[in-house]
Amino acid sequence: MRKRWLKIPAAWITPLGVIGAVIAITWVGIAFTARLWVPFDPLSQDLPRLQAPGIDTLMGTDALGRDIFSRLMTGASVTIPLALMLVLMSLVVGTLIGAIAGYFGKWVDELLMRLTDLVMAFPTVILAMVVAAALGPSLFNAVIAAFVVSWPQYARMTRSIVLGLRTQNYVMAGRLMGFSPFKTLRVDIAPNVVGPILVLASLDVGTAILLLSGLSFLGLGAQPPTAEWGSMISAAIQNFDSWWIGLFPGLAILTVVMAFNFVGDSLRDIFDPTSQVSRAGARS
Amino acid sequence: MSDITTPQTADAAAASTTPVLTVAGLTIGIGSRKNLKSIVKGISLALTPGRIQGLAGESGSGKTVTSLAMLGLLPSNAVVGGSIRLGDTELVGMTHRQLNDIRGRRIAMIFQDPSSSLHPQLTVGTQLTDHVKRHLKMSAKQARAHAIELLDRVRVPNPAEALARYPHQFSGGQRQRIAIAIALACDPIVLLADEPTTALDVTVQAGILHLLRDLADERQLAVLLVTHDLGVMSAIADDIAVMRHGEIVESNVRSEIFVNPQHAYTRELLASLPGAAGFEEASE
Amino acid sequence: MGNTPRATRRYSARSPLVGYLLRRLGTSVLLLFGVTIVTFALANLVPGDPIAAALGEGAASNPATVEAYIKERGLDQPLPVQYANYISGLFHGDMGISLRTTQPVADDLAKAVPATVEIALLAIVVSLGVGVALGSLAAYRRGKISDQLVRVFSLIGLSIPTFWMALVSFNFFFLQLRIAPGSGRLSPALAPPPTVTGFYTVDALLAGQWVTFTDALAHLMLPVFVLSLFTIGLLTRFVRTSVLEVLDADYVRAGRAKGLSGPRLLFGYVLRGASLPILTIVGLAFGTLLSGTVLVEAVFAWPGLGSYAYNSATSLDLPGVMGVGLVVGVVYLSINFAVDLLYGVLDPRVRLA
Repeated sequence: MRKRWLKIPAAWITPLGVIGAVIAITWVGIAFTARLWVPFDPLSQDLPRLQAPGIDTLMGTDALGRDIFSRLMTGASVTIPLALMLVLMSLVVGTLIGAIAGYFGKWVDELLMRLTDLVMAFPTVILAMVVAAALGPSLFNAVIAAFVVSWPQYARMTRSIVLGLRTQNYVMAGRLMGFSPFKTLRVDIAPNVVGPILVLASLDVGTAILLLSGLSFLGLGAQPPTAEWGSMISAAIQNFDSWWIGLFPGLAILTVVMAFNFVGDSLRDIFDPTSQVSRAGARS
Repeated sequence: MSDITTPQTADAAAASTTPVLTVAGLTIGIGSRKNLKSIVKGISLALTPGRIQGLAGESGSGKTVTSLAMLGLLPSNAVVGGSIRLGDTELVGMTHRQLNDIRGRRIAMIFQDPSSSLHPQLTVGTQLTDHVKRHLKMSAKQARAHAIELLDRVRVPNPAEALARYPHQFSGGQRQRIAIAIALACDPIVLLADEPTTALDVTVQAGILHLLRDLADERQLAVLLVTHDLGVMSAIADDIAVMRHGEIVESNVRSEIFVNPQHAYTRELLASLPGAAGFEEASE
Repeated sequence: MGNTPRATRRYSARSPLVGYLLRRLGTSVLLLFGVTIVTFALANLVPGDPIAAALGEGAASNPATVEAYIKERGLDQPLPVQYANYISGLFHGDMGISLRTTQPVADDLAKAVPATVEIALLAIVVSLGVGVALGSLAAYRRGKISDQLVRVFSLIGLSIPTFWMALVSFNFFFLQLRIAPGSGRLSPALAPPPTVTGFYTVDALLAGQWVTFTDALAHLMLPVFVLSLFTIGLLTRFVRTSVLEVLDADYVRAGRAKGLSGPRLLFGYVLRGASLPILTIVGLAFGTLLSGTVLVEAVFAWPGLGSYAYNSATSLDLPGVMGVGLVVGVVYLSINFAVDLLYGVLDPRVRLA
């Protein structure tokens, strides 16, 4: 595992992975710098209303006379950091819970896994929507709601890996040598969990962005006048004739999510040997 | 590798019948154009009706690849050179469409592990008749009667009932008998048997081997028996070719190979037999 | 061979599948209880004032009215008692009265569920067809250009924000091209067909109303298209992996060695072998479809579960929210239960082992 870890940079050079990484890094760059260089204040309403895209307003203006391009670029600084934070949160909590369940087994495992069952008995958006509604509509609460639905997948995956490893000889040897449970988890088990979890996380960034912007689209996330992609799209419902209002924020979401999916999918090729093009199957 | 003894010198009986399948100068490489790994390096073999030709060697010696090549079942990145002739027909370079009329019809194959070579979700009846319908243009009713006859011949009890069952409902030995029945269903002239007893319990191996011997005699089948197990060879093979690193190092009638091995590698293989002292002890 | 008696006995033994399914049913029922607790807990988390929302500002300022309302609904009792009341009501098909629509929640949902399930079922059929075709193609052409194209295509499918696609396609096909019908389940001029299944297409056919049928089908097209994009991506990726695995299996090699090829091999051997993992992912895909409907129904003004869930959640309608949570849980769990049943049908080892 250590060795493969070091080999990643070479294997990164797949067209899909590179394209994805470039787009993703660009968007992250935009997210952190947009406020410095956008042409207009994303919140000021002093432009002509519903102006079609042109020279001075690249993507037109919305019903309140705000520059869509400026809102779109600063919107990146709302969604992307939140999505990354959300994934990090789910990853840490989910992995920890999964490792505990898998390592200690018995009733601990039973209890924690029934908890994940319970969360997974609901389709994600519906549960997230109910949670967000119950907490009250705000971007922060939307993140909490998204967190509630997204940690169990990490827990499930980590648990199954740990379960598989727990009986391996070298893990047993470590325990016999008197490693404490946490040392065993850290030294013998963690390195094996890193790969699959990293793949899951990179694919999950896309899911997180879709979920957060979806909740905002429903009015349960970002509140006006925040420049957020999902709520920008929902504003387009009232102005069907001004196609530019909804089109560009959607393309923004699409490209970011796609970029992270490209990266995640390429990472999967690296970490999951079974999906590699090594064993060529016979075909007729 | 110069001390190859040719089969012609050995046994008059072998030379008396004309071979139905001749392999001459067969080479097989697998890999990309730039990085081609040579697996089989110019071997020659002849299969004659009613005789069992053994092909012995360690795993990785190229023996299984050789048998797959006779059916054109190599992965798409394999490069085949030399000649494989079935009667007057050259098989190397044939299209898959042409090969499909030969596979299962003229040349049939049984695989190592019947628990994986039989489709777990199809009844024995379906697997015994689907190719019969294709090759022999039999009606479903005829095919069924034919299938019962075959199962009876390979001594699967209650053949009519067995047709409606699934592979997992039979023991390993029974499954291999079913696989043999499937292979023989279209009355082929060549039977390729790739380690047909390796995955089976020792107690049922002899039964399967005797069945193969009987079938070869009774149907005048030309059999290629591929195995690493010289004990199996000693039981039923007429002629034996010993393969190593993609080349045939020695080829002769059985008795000569066992009593009077010429090549050092053959002697090495014989020495590794249980009982090790020689043919007499090993075959008791 | 001495093994025959064992094989025969195994064959005639009472199927353990029944036991397995009973166990699954048991866990499903337990999970449903969990679902009611979760929805109940969530509904009572609501920081807003649902009573004010239900009665309107005017009535809520009158303490007597509020007290009467609280008494009537049993809201003065401790939470566990309220929960017990809710559960005992459920057994009589009583899910409470919606604060928003003032109708029994059960009646509201009875109308909304078929509308959503109709979309979801059609979408799953479309996704499965396209996903199996593309996934198999990619697996057969592994590493080739077509495989790469399918990969990019399915990853894009997984990246499209459903609600945006709904909006864009509604705008394009309805407002610009005028080839798609407008929002809703039927054109305003038509009356819904007599209710049998609640699926307008099926009911229209049953009633012999051909015009209604085509109109209902036309209204389904865009939502189904939009919803399918994600699940097509999901299924394509998964079918490719499963088919690749099966293509490497001995029994497929044995099938080729018998001279089988083309559709006979693909459908008879390969896809049958891959059917179990594909089935599992179909159950999962159904969940994402239900999720997707919430976002899509909002755009197409589709009077389904998604719209109802959204309206209940935003208007703090507790009985409505709980009803949706429960029904969605039931639908999702029954889909997964159906998947388990199909497992038995598709895999004789489960059915007869």
